Amino acid sequence: MNADPFEPTGEGAGGCGGDGSGAGQPGAQGPGRPQIPTPRSSVEDTGRPLPDAVPPSPPPAPSPLSQESPQPQQPEPPQQPEPPHQPEPPHQPEPPHQPEPPHQPEPPRLDLDHGVLKSMLGAWALSACSCAEAEAVELHLGDCGPCADEALRLRDAVGLLHPEDSLDLDPGLRSRVLAGCLDRRPPRIPVPEWAAPYDAETARLDALLQDIGEGEWHAPVRLKWYEDEHQVHRRTTVAGVIAHLLTVDGLVAIALGLDDPLDDAATPDGTRTPQARTEAYWTASRHPATRSVRVPWREQSHTLVRTVSFAGGGSAELSVPYGPHPSRPDRLPLRDAFLDRAFGCWVHAGDIADAVDYPYEPPAPRHLHQMLDLAARMLPSALAARRRSGLAAPSRQLVAAGAPGRSVRLEVEGLGGGEWFIALDSPGAAASSEREVAHVALDSVEFAQLAAGHVSPQEAAAGQDGDREAIHDVLSAAASLSSM
Amino acid sequence: MAKHAPPRWDRKMQQRLARGEAAALGELYDRYASLVHSLAHRVLDDDAAADRVTREVFAQVWENPEEYEPKQGSLRSWVAGLTHRHAVRRLRQTETAALADGGAGTTEDLERKVLRASAAARADYIVTSMPAPLRAALESAYFQRRDYRQTATDLGVTEDEARRRLRLGLQLLSTANEPRPAAAPPPGYGTAL
Repeated sequence: MNADPFEPTGEGAGGCGGDGSGAGQPGAQGPGRPQIPTPRSSVEDTGRPLPDAVPPSPPPAPSPLSQESPQPQQPEPPQQPEPPHQPEPPHQPEPPHQPEPPHQPEPPRLDLDHGVLKSMLGAWALSACSCAEAEAVELHLGDCGPCADEALRLRDAVGLLHPEDSLDLDPGLRSRVLAGCLDRRPPRIPVPEWAAPYDAETARLDALLQDIGEGEWHAPVRLKWYEDEHQVHRRTTVAGVIAHLLTVDGLVAIALGLDDPLDDAATPDGTRTPQARTEAYWTASRHPATRSVRVPWREQSHTLVRTVSFAGGGSAELSVPYGPHPSRPDRLPLRDAFLDRAFGCWVHAGDIADAVDYPYEPPAPRHLHQMLDLAARMLPSALAARRRSGLAAPSRQLVAAGAPGRSVRLEVEGLGGGEWFIALDSPGAAASSEREVAHVALDSVEFAQLAAGHVSPQEAAAGQDGDREAIHDVLSAAASLSSM
Repeated sequence: MAKHAPPRWDRKMQQRLARGEAAALGELYDRYASLVHSLAHRVLDDDAAADRVTREVFAQVWENPEEYEPKQGSLRSWVAGLTHRHAVRRLRQTETAALADGGAGTTEDLERKVLRASAAARADYIVTSMPAPLRAALESAYFQRRDYRQTATDLGVTEDEARRRLRLGLQLLSTANEPRPAAAPPPGYGTAL
């Protein structure tokens, strides 16, 4: 029915009532002239045969232009370009079956010159001019071959417009596509394995940011973490979270000799911690962060991946200062810093997704495993730091470095999970199954949420067996690893 | 995002790909994956098939970065053209196989379908690549259903200018419908859009 590109869209010449008997009717035209039917009457109404389908015309998708048309054949829900053949919404008010009798007096004929009429062709094709103008254009098309040709072409083009599909790209496609490529042609400069989770997580977050609307950048986000044995909060916005990621990733950038995204002047001496840097960045900008922060964040993350690819495996042990933290080391080797930043990216992407009500999946299992492994490896030193502050039970015994000590078996179930033995009495002790005093089991995402400070050690849904105090110490140490 | 990447970026990307830098491949994907996938989807109307075309296109670019000729247009238009060819080839294969399998329709139907899908994909590309002011005018008139006077007000331009943009935008878009000789590259991908 919509085969003739002139017909379907024309009916949307909204508001231009009339009975179709006015000027511009195709029948009034002389032989040999292109027929430019009025955009208001449908061929079905004229009793003439329906034209054949024209090959390049668009599929019979509904044109939004026809939505408000008083066309009795296919009432459509207003405001919403719907695929055809939708069941008719029950509450749809009947569109008027007859064009209203003209309430207003006939508009006076417009006398426009060729140049103006020609300039109007686009607006005419889109039904975006006044009735009087449309009428003047149609009259003109009967007399002017070149304009008639163009009008045809432009009408046709309108049929190619359609709402953008909001097809979300499968987030897993990236790694499949890249892996397929790298199989066929192995890279001469690969991305180090320990940088792969960061590469993937930043790409995933960027895809989420691509999909959110302008206004959602200012959606409130509550950052949560665990500090002084309590969960603490900090309010910001989606854009504020990206600014946070930009400044904290900047710690890695500085260690690699790249530019610090944080203005020097904004950082008083000693404010090296992720939180202090973030607060400094937020304070230094006179206005709250906007979506414009996306580009520098993304450029920096690409630069980081590119830089470590060239630096190669030898850079893995390069030291990245993080500033003081109650239970984390004040510096991490580059390979762990990349895992830490991948973890932070995922956690905060989850915060953003929650704020704008988008779904967000956990990382690929092998990436999640690397992140959880970092948390598990940091636990013994976190326990030691907490013991020094009186927050964990004192050592039961002195263990020589490398000798087996009391251990908690941490079993992380689900995708990306694994099993770790955590040395209780000293970071130097060898953890082992022989000296296992307790066993704690929890889901991989639950463990990640615990290490992110999103759930408290008391709330964490963990199966427990054995020395309760040891389990409590380990879960609390995991929560204490979190930061802003 | 990333509308008019400077040609320098294109050349640099080509060099990095030629050098075998995996990180460059990731950046290429981040920039063009949604373009490639959505064009393939427009032609094939099938997620899994669009995924496969996406894999083929990036593999071809990664394996043969030297095939890109910066003098002939942007990397983006080259990638879009590759996508178009891969997707149309796949559509033709699937449809031919369906016909051979006793599916309904004739070879003419098949050709019509291919032509239509082709034009729709080119149109998508043209819309996403046209200068932002033209695109904004079309969006206002078509999607917001504003007339050209309202469009002029919304965009802060004269009514003359609004009419000009609507007309020019549609003129660009109409090239998607142009018939082409079989050997020529698909229109809409090679120009300085």
